[in-house]
Formats: sequence, structure tokens, C-alpha cells
Amino acid sequence: MPTIHIDGTAHSVPEGVNLLHAALQLGYDLPYFCWHPALGSVGACRQCAVRQYRDEKDEKGQIAMACMVPAVDGTRCSIADAEATEFRASVIEWLMTNHPHDCPVCDEGGECHLQDMTVMTGHCSRRHRFPKRTFRNQFLGPFINHEMNRCIQCYRCTRFYNDYAGGTDFGAFGAHNHVYFGRSTDGVLENEFSGNLIEVCPTGVFTDKTLKRHYTRKWDLESAPSVCAHCSLGCNTFAGARYGAVRRILNRYHSAINGYFLCDRGRFAYEHANRPDRPRQPLVRDKDGTMRPAVAAVALKAASDALAAAKGVVAVGSPRASLEGNYALRTLAGNGRYSPGMAAAEAAAAALLVEILRDGPLPAASLHDLEQADAVLVLGEDPADTAPRMALALRQAARQQPLESVDKLGIPRWYDRAARDIIQGATGPLHTAWTQATRLDDISRPFRGAPADIARLGFAVAHHLGGDTPPVAGIDDALDARAKEIAESLRAARRPAVVTGTSLHSRPVLLAAAAVARALLQANGENARLGAVFGEANTVGATLLGGPPPEELLESLDAGKADTLVVLENDLTRRVAPALLQRALEAARCVIALDCAATPVVERADIVLPAASFADAAGTLVNHEGRAQRFFPALPHTDDLRESWRWLAALTDATWDSLDDILLALAKDFPHLAPAAEAAPGEDFRLNGRKAPRSSRRYSGRTSQLADRSLHEPRPPDDPDSPLAFSMEGAAPTCGSTANSGEKNVPSPAGVQKHLPSSLVSHYQTPGWNSVQSLTRFQEEIAGLCRGGDPGALLFAAPGGNGALAGSPPRPFNPGAGPGLLTVPAHDVFTSDELAALSPPVAERAAPPVCRLHPEDAAAHGIADDTDARIEIDGASAVLRARLDPSLARGLIALPVPVPGLPPRADDTYATVRPAP
Amino acid sequence: MLSHIRTLWLVFLHLFRKKETIQYPEKKAYLAPRYRGRIILSRDPDGGERCVACQLCAVACPVDCIALDGTEDEHGRRFPSFFRINFSRCIYCGFCEEACPTYAIQLIPDFEMAEYNRKNLVYEKEDLLINGEGKYHGYNFYRVAGLAIKDKDKGEAENESPPVDPKSLLP
Repeated sequence: MPTIHIDGTAHSVPEGVNLLHAALQLGYDLPYFCWHPALGSVGACRQCAVRQYRDEKDEKGQIAMACMVPAVDGTRCSIADAEATEFRASVIEWLMTNHPHDCPVCDEGGECHLQDMTVMTGHCSRRHRFPKRTFRNQFLGPFINHEMNRCIQCYRCTRFYNDYAGGTDFGAFGAHNHVYFGRSTDGVLENEFSGNLIEVCPTGVFTDKTLKRHYTRKWDLESAPSVCAHCSLGCNTFAGARYGAVRRILNRYHSAINGYFLCDRGRFAYEHANRPDRPRQPLVRDKDGTMRPAVAAVALKAASDALAAAKGVVAVGSPRASLEGNYALRTLAGNGRYSPGMAAAEAAAAALLVEILRDGPLPAASLHDLEQADAVLVLGEDPADTAPRMALALRQAARQQPLESVDKLGIPRWYDRAARDIIQGATGPLHTAWTQATRLDDISRPFRGAPADIARLGFAVAHHLGGDTPPVAGIDDALDARAKEIAESLRAARRPAVVTGTSLHSRPVLLAAAAVARALLQANGENARLGAVFGEANTVGATLLGGPPPEELLESLDAGKADTLVVLENDLTRRVAPALLQRALEAARCVIALDCAATPVVERADIVLPAASFADAAGTLVNHEGRAQRFFPALPHTDDLRESWRWLAALTDATWDSLDDILLALAKDFPHLAPAAEAAPGEDFRLNGRKAPRSSRRYSGRTSQLADRSLHEPRPPDDPDSPLAFSMEGAAPTCGSTANSGEKNVPSPAGVQKHLPSSLVSHYQTPGWNSVQSLTRFQEEIAGLCRGGDPGALLFAAPGGNGALAGSPPRPFNPGAGPGLLTVPAHDVFTSDELAALSPPVAERAAPPVCRLHPEDAAAHGIADDTDARIEIDGASAVLRARLDPSLARGLIALPVPVPGLPPRADDTYATVRPAP
Repeated sequence: MLSHIRTLWLVFLHLFRKKETIQYPEKKAYLAPRYRGRIILSRDPDGGERCVACQLCAVACPVDCIALDGTEDEHGRRFPSFFRINFSRCIYCGFCEEACPTYAIQLIPDFEMAEYNRKNLVYEKEDLLINGEGKYHGYNFYRVAGLAIKDKDKGEAENESPPVDPKSLLP
């Protein structure tokens, strides 16, 4: 490790970083704007000036921008130097000449990097007497608020939006001091990562429009570490709440998963928890058939009476409910009468993919692994719509691979502009195989075909990689050439990855991916990875609990073998054929629904027990790589609004009083899920004798916010499930001074634990650093591990097993052979997730539900573009707008997920299509 | 001994001085304009609410007796949807007034707030908001802020130039 000297003190720093990175990591307060750990250095803002010396004899030195100076062995600089300090103060003064007098009405106020840096440099009084430059703002859609006057031209927004996320509808306009960051015209920001502009922007140009509607300062939020529940990746988030409602979601750094960025679905879907129609009071159907609100005890009595009188109880769990909720439900119903809640086709695909991950050849790829991969094959999955953050990771994989040539020239990768100029926009090998156009097509080499052809491509790639996969019989030359090309780029890679997913519900596609994985293990060794995408946040966890598909249980209701149905956080209309569901619900004597959303099942239920959402419950979710992660409530549960497992515990004879109790029982019944208890410290964890606080020490209004109801201030609610307190008091997230001393890494006195575990940090803030940029103080290394290690526990040990998962290539898809058009899914990044679609700002971004088909198929069925088509599947029908899409293969029809009124899609579901009258 | 006599003499002299005691409440004591008494919310010279719900008073309050929540009108002007001060906790320190960037919250020379019922010491926005500027005249935050509101577009605030056209490359 190189040794550098800052103000005369020697420090060893990581290899290949710049001076600013090194200084921040060492705990120095060095102001900066344009540098970002994920975006590199451009030297645009001139803020991080230091005095750099040539050697120990040099006393004069020169002013240099720390972010542009490599921290190589023997680098000497001074941060405290008087001239450098004055330089930094005058840069801030220049930046502030045009900054509006907005702080009191700016949403960034109190967590503004510009505010922090201004205070840090000491600038306090405006000497500039001339008028301020102004701009007009743009309407940028339901997520982002634009206030261009506040801009300090650091270019971070366009470097993220255009370069990092691949957005095309945003940029820098104008010249000299009129540079404008926005779109060419007003309009919705199209890229699904636009929400990151909120955190990337060092000041209040881009702010959270959903937060603006119920604005709260950062210091007033009761914040808790949470896990995004809107896709299978399990990105880490902070959920912030005030006055009983969730106010916003922020990114929580996890080096293996989301890093610095979230997708817009994850960031803005939280509003489903604030919906007025959300069940918050237990409801019981009384004798005349109307639903009446009841207190918890009455509802529980009604439920336990119904369960006691039942001839048979069947229970449907959910892949979006926590592991604890599903386990409690399984305990209530018993083995064989509990279903994980996924439709049969999806459940089979998920079970197979879990098996491939657990017993297959390659370790599961984290998003970080995918970002680092130098050749990727995405086989039969569309991450851009089903797991958006993974699509961003894959984009980085393609962007970073050509940088290997930059390494050879000795130019550091953080020197972003130079590195990008050298590679001239080249991208690395990213191959996608999907049924239709995706939003990764601009940076990948897409293959489009029917699921069977995608599987054949996979098997052919496996064959060309070498190993034991036989050649695909009857393969046509074009497909074979394509497979050969993919296999060659994978073989040439040092860290190749294959990504697949359950969206198509296709067994051959998954087996083809397993075959590629096996061949990669033989060809490239242990650096290869297998990425997996599942349907929902806890699909893996629910699959590991196991059970029959819901159809089977509903049949038994219909057949009279059971008469009571318990549904846990599951909208069965999305999963089960409407006819079967209707028959089963009619046959059921009593339906008990637990949910945090007003779903059709909740409306039909006889007893409704309102379940806590991600914002008021603690629980564990298992993500796509088998990582169990704990989410903690930002709001306390109440007697009438409890975690699902708490309701269910009251209905069983189990004695679970806290989350730790149920995790203990879970580990006993399911030894392979035992690491789930290690995902975060138990309730008894204390840092130096104290729980971790949820609020900042500046939290305001404690003696007044409830004063309109009662003057007797209640004690803060207890949290029996977590070592977090509903309070501003408790263990500070970081002890020990870091202010301008470089002593971050000084060991603490014996017996004093210095830092909270990363899974309990509830917000990023340290003295002097109030914005999210204070994250550097919560990491072991910048852009490296969280301090004390990343949160979560991996359930799957490193595999290497060969798993008897050999499959054989299916026959090629024959467009004319089926009874109609083969359905394929067309997920929508915003609405395919059940809860996200309930969030009003997210629903505003929803794509209109359309069915898409090839122009020639459309002509054959007499359907014109933009007309209504009637789709029939198994006797059920729905009318959708038709769009012609030449990117689809012949014989396919792409349907949104889900289509109300149609049964869930299996891998061999055919639809008949005709023009709607 | 001498000091005792001197003390008696001084006390005797006070018999002829002007009386400090007044017949309160019939007569009111003089309170300086900067006296820190009851808290009010003021309006700007145009009659709009001065409070922009920035939360600085609440965070400055050492006893946390101020609670408010912000909202905004259709033109983007911010104001508190509720504003509550629990005067049974207030220590009249004046930090809120010092923190206020818009002169909205002010402590006025009035201390007559005794109540039999503590509940009556909880003041809501309608109890706090007055129809005037209070101690500080002539200041309108939105005239100096960059935020556009009704009847004040971008570039129309004090010391602002008109909005630039980003599509022009002219100097």
C-alpha cells in the first residue's frame, strides 16, 4: 500500500486511488463537489484544492486539485495550507454568487452538500453586488422536482444520467455561465434511474417530488434500515417516516448489491404504504353480511373461532411477504396445507432456479459481481423491467470492460474523462437473449426469439464453450454462429457471467443457463458467476419453505375438502385463473385475509387482519442470490396494525413474542434457513449499553406533536423486535472524532465498541457532513465494504456441485404449430410489481397496458396497429390495445403482467386473438 | 454600627422616591419591544403568511415545543399546514425567533398567558397567526428568494436578472 503524507503525517492508502479519495477515507474534511466514488473525477468544480509538494525538500509546492492527483507512494500535500484554504473559500464564494436565497424553502436544506461545504470553508457573507443569474425550471415528471437556479455546474447529473445510466433525454445546454441541465423540452425523465439525481446532485436542483408533497427535514425523520420489497434484488434502503406516514426512501449503501444507486420503482413505490384505502383496522363480517371494524381482540376471537370450527384450513402465503410471515402461516396451516403463493408455473421455475443456485456449478452473482464481469450472457430474462438495478449493473459491466485497455496505458480508471476518451465509447461483450426489444439493447448485442429458441441458443453456447454438452440437433447455421460468437467472448473473459430468470417460467431456458454455467466452470474456472432474477422480493425465501401451488389448495376448497382459507399478503387474482378463484372463494365458508393493501381478496374476505407494511414491520427477505436481509420498521406497529406473523402467532399456540423467537423456531424447523437469524443483530444487541436511535439528535417537536390530543407526553414506543429505539437517544452511529484529524482508523479503547453494525445504521450523518455524502464515514473503504461488513447473511454456501440438472435442448419453436399465439411476458418496470403499482406517482409512470405482436401475425389475425384486440386464454378473455412490434418473433404475443381477467401465464400458454368489436 | 445606621438612612430615603410597584393588572408595566413573551406568527407586507415551514424554529427549540408540517399552494408558495406551540413547555428563550429566516415567528411583549387548564396553553396556527408584520416591517422573504410563486416569476425577485435562454450561445 502506498504511503502518502498529508500535513506532515504519513498514512498508508489503497492502491490506485486519487488524493481526494484517500483524504476522505482517512477522515479529513476536504470539500469537493464533482467527484463521486461511482462516477470518478473530472476536476470540474475546483473545490478540492490542496497544496502539493514534489518531495520532502520542496517547501513552496503548488495548488493542485486533489481529485486529479493520484495518491502514489510518496505523495506529499497539505490540506491545512493557508493559500489552499483561501482558494477553497473563494471557490465557494464564486459558486454562491448566483445561488438563490432559497435554503428555507429548499428541500435539500439540512442535508445539502453545498451547505456543508460552505460552512466547512467558512464563507458566510456575500460580497458580490451584482444581480443573480436565473433560469426557468422544467417539468420532469412525477418523481423529480427541478429548481435550476440552485445549480453549481458540477456536471454530476449528466455524468450519472447520460454516462452511467444510459439516459438520452437529458443533458447540459448553453454555454459560459448559462449552462443548463435538463431536457431539451419539458417532459417526463424517461430513464428509470432518474431518482438517483436527487442524491447525486450536491444541492437542491433535483429534489424528490414525492417528498415535497409531505415535506420533512432530514433531522425530523424517524428512519430505519429497510430492504426494498419491489423486486428480487433486495436493494438496501432507508425508510424515513414522520407523523405516522412514510415520507421518503433513500439509498442505503451495500457494496455487493445496490452500491450508490436505486431504481425509481424502489425509490418511489413507498407511497403504497400511505394510501388512504389501506386496511388499518381489523374488519369482521357480521351476521347480516356487512364488514364492520373491530378491535384486535374481537377480530382475533372471530378468526380463532373460525379456524376451530373449520373442516379444513388451507393457507396461501406470498413471495412478497417476509420469511417470518410465511413461516408463521405454514405453522398455522401445517405442512401440505400451506402454499408459498406462486402460481404453479412460476413456482416450478423458481424452485428449479433455486436448485441451480444452491446445488449448481457456479456461485450466485451479486450485482457487484455483475458490474465487474467482463462478458455477460443474459439468457431469457429482461432485467431492465423485472430487476432494474441489475440492468444498471449490467450496463456498468459493458462500460467497464474496455477500460482494461486504459489500465495498460497506466491511466487510472477514476480519471473518468481521459479513460472514456481513450476507449471512444467502446462497450464490452453483453449478450442478451429475450423475446422482444429491451432497454439494454443500446449497449448489448440482442438476440430475439421464442423461449424455446432462447433455450436452444443457451445449449448451443454451452456446447461451443466445450465440456460435456452435446451439440444441439438440427440447429440452423445463423443461430449456431451466434452461439459460437457468444461462447468465444465468454471464454475469452476472466470474470464471465450468465444471467437468467424465472420470467418466462420456462424450464428449458433455466436448464440451458445451468448448462452454460457448467461449461463456464470448466472453461473459466471459479471466477465465473451465475446471476438469477426471481419474481418478487421473497420468492427465494418462500420457495425454500416449499409447498404446493395455490391452485391445488383452491381446488381442495372447491372440492369441499377444506372450508377455510387464510391468505397472507397475496392478491390471488394476479396468480390464479379467475374461474377457479371465484369457485374457491364461493365455496369457502370463511376467508381470512392479512394484507397491507386493499386487494380484491381483502374485499372478499370475512375477516381482515391489517398487516404491517415494510414501513411498520420487521422481517427478513431472501434476495435473488440467497442473501437473507432484515428490514426494520420506521414506524411502530400498533395493536390493530401488526406484522403478519404477530397476527398469526396469536392464532397458533406458538409462543413467539418477538422476531428473535420466531427466527429461532424457523431455524429449528428449517435448518437450511438458519442463517436468516444472522442477517442482523438480535433485539438484545446493544452498542455500549444502548439501542441504536432511529432519529437524529436534532429531532424536533417531541413535546408538541401530540399536544393537540394529550399533554401527557407518552414514552417512546418499545420495539421488541429490533435493537433500534423509537427515539433520538441511543448509541451514536459512529463514535470517535473524525473532524479534520485523519484519525478515523485509530483503534478504540478496549471494551468500547466504536461503530454500529452496518445493518443498524438508520441514516447517514456525521458532524459537519449532513448530506448523503457523509456515507464515506460509514464505509471501511470508499466504494468498498460497509463499516463492520455488509449487512445480510448468505444462505447458499459456495457451490461447485455439479447438480444433476442436465437438460436437453427443446425443439425449435414453430410459429404455426400451436393453437394460437404463444404468450410471452412484457413486464413493465413500474407496474408489474403488485405494491409498486399502488403507489400513485409510480402508477403515473405506468405504460399503458397493450398487447404486442409481430406485424405479420397481426395482419394474419386481422388486427391493425392501435386497435383493440380480444385475447382469449382457456375460456377467459380480455380486451387490450394492440401494438405492432417487429422485434417480436413470429407466433408470439407479448402480454403485460398481469392482465386482469386472464389466467396467469405458464410457459406453454397460447392465446387466441381477434379484433374486438 | 455605622453601617446599620447608614442602611436605616437609605431605607428612609426610599420613602420619598417614585414608587416602582404598580397596580397590576389595572395598570400595565412597561415592556421593551424586544421583551421575549408570547410567540406569534406574522404576515409579510403583502398580507401573505411569512412562515415557509422550514422547520428551523422547531429544530432550534431546546424544549422541542414547536411542531409543524409544511405544505404548498398550487403556485409553489410554502406555508405550514399546522403549526403548534406547546406553551406549557416553552421557556421563552427566543431561539426560534433567532433561527427564523423570514421574520415569521416573533416573541412579543406579552406574558399574560396564565390558564387554569394546561390544555389551553397549546396554541395552534389560528391562535398564533396575526394580521400584521409584528416587530419587523417591510421584509418579504419571497421578494428575495429565487422560488417562483404567484405574481412573482423567475427573475422578478430583488437583485435578479431575467431568466436566461439556455438555447442561446450569445455572451
